[in-house]
Amino acid sequence: MASSHGTPPVFNNKVVAWIDHRLPIFSYIEKEYHTFPTPRNFNYFWNFGAIATVMLVLMIATGIVLATNYTPHVLMAFDSVERIDRDVPQGWLIRDLHMNGASFFFIAVYIHIFRGMYYGSYKAPRELLWILGVVIFLLMMATAFMGYVLPWGQMSFWGATVITNLFSAIPVVGESIVTWLWGGFAVDNPTLNRFFALHYLLPFVIVAVVALHVVALHIHGSNNPTGIDPKGPQDTVPFHPYYTMKDGFGVMVFLIIYAAFVFFAPDYMGHPDNYIPADPLVTPAHIVPEWYFLPFYAILRAIPDKLGGVLAMFGAIAVLFILPWLDTSRVRSATFRPIYKWFMMVLVVDVIVLGFCGANPPEGFWVPLSQLATLYYFFHFLILLPVLGKIERPLPLPPSIADAVLKKKAV
Amino acid sequence: MASSSIPAGGHSDPTRRDFLMVATGALAGVGAAATAWPFINNLNPAADTLALSTIEVNVTPIQVGQAVTVKWRGKPVFIRHRTPEEIKEAEAVPLSALPDPQTDNSRVTDTAKKVRPEWLIMIGVCTHLGCVPLGNKPGDPKGEYGGWFCPCHGSSYDTSGRIRKGPAPKNLVVPEYLFSTDSLVRIG
Repeated sequence: MASSHGTPPVFNNKVVAWIDHRLPIFSYIEKEYHTFPTPRNFNYFWNFGAIATVMLVLMIATGIVLATNYTPHVLMAFDSVERIDRDVPQGWLIRDLHMNGASFFFIAVYIHIFRGMYYGSYKAPRELLWILGVVIFLLMMATAFMGYVLPWGQMSFWGATVITNLFSAIPVVGESIVTWLWGGFAVDNPTLNRFFALHYLLPFVIVAVVALHVVALHIHGSNNPTGIDPKGPQDTVPFHPYYTMKDGFGVMVFLIIYAAFVFFAPDYMGHPDNYIPADPLVTPAHIVPEWYFLPFYAILRAIPDKLGGVLAMFGAIAVLFILPWLDTSRVRSATFRPIYKWFMMVLVVDVIVLGFCGANPPEGFWVPLSQLATLYYFFHFLILLPVLGKIERPLPLPPSIADAVLKKKAV
Repeated sequence: MASSSIPAGGHSDPTRRDFLMVATGALAGVGAAATAWPFINNLNPAADTLALSTIEVNVTPIQVGQAVTVKWRGKPVFIRHRTPEEIKEAEAVPLSALPDPQTDNSRVTDTAKKVRPEWLIMIGVCTHLGCVPLGNKPGDPKGEYGGWFCPCHGSSYDTSGRIRKGPAPKNLVVPEYLFSTDSLVRIG
């Protein structure tokens, strides 16, 4: 597609040429990250893939350093985290980077998911790319949940108890599964041990799935704000320097906001109860998960039946897997879908409402509100999307990306 | 698949190769499952965890109207020395008023089938999502039915530990226990 495509790169450096002849890593980087033809019209929403990647690397780096000082034992875990905070050189910094990094990783990924949904990035031929993304999201949730257990505070312990108990809702085998997950009859030392092992493992699994995600992305290239495919060189620019620079800028802005939290409000997104050591005999008055799980927690509690609540919560994520087939519209970008555009915004509000419902105790008007919001969430995916694609009349699509960009400039 | 690979010469037995393929595949499958089993079972409770599954409690110091919490299998166990009024209240409830119908008598019977209505012994874990209900300490809220109240999602239990209101599906679980003497109870 791009002009430079097809001509194999020539390396002047003899060592580089020697290696590349045997293991073409330099050709690969050249092709996929330098000359790679990329739509010329990205907006800042297209920064969040790169930002999420940076956060993943940052989480692994800080996590490895933390693991060198952490002790996964019920009698020592809490104190070892306090020691990291107080005694270990720069331990406070590494820990706050890791703690807030989880939140900011989720912020980046939620914006990335919104981008995909608004601009129809999940539509053919990018269905598997999208599904791999949902797999990454699930792995992130598992990793974050197990990581939150490690400091062994009250919220760690009771969060682990409530979430693992979800599996007891499964008929017949539920209780055995929970015992198996715990390695005992309650959340205890065996649970903490295995959660630490898995919390260390899963990020590397995420790296592997991210690699597949990128491979799938580079087959058909990125979607773009118009949702129409590039038709020739006039529609694309090489990835480097154009988008390395734009991504670099976006990453810097994101990291500045992140650093502001790390240095000035490291516990803002946490819960004070997690600075009380875990006590299996006393439940905190109000158990809440981390903010990034709140919408799903609200869906869990919205259903007055235990098994029903668990199914709805997992269903809320499962529905994302089949999103490419639920949306029947052939137009990708919401820019050209006058009705979908507004419903997409309503969904965002709905998820934020669910978040507030999850943060508040299930009393009073929060109960019907969370039920209404849960109903709307499933309505959006299961009824609205299939129907809307059939009845909505999309706006005329521009003939090409270049056309859309240049016309915008002229106005 | 193997039907296309029927040997041309002599042997006109097309199912022989198929049989070998299926048999080999099945054996490999059994082998894989047998290999996976130790890895899966490895995560189940270990012998030392299982060994902690019995405790003995001396109930003599618990006065009428008092309750204690002991730890068993990492979970709290409530032992309540019920007052005659509490017992009467629990026995008076018609089974039709209960989401999980159980008589009070059946919840105060030890493994030797001896009924001791004054001693109510239960696992202090809410059957909804595993929180510890309040009501065992003197100042705790006991909920609308005078037993226990779970602060997490608002389940109320009566003086027999039976669910009366809220999202919990079941009564508080009565573990297996045996009074070896009038003052010594073995739980587990």
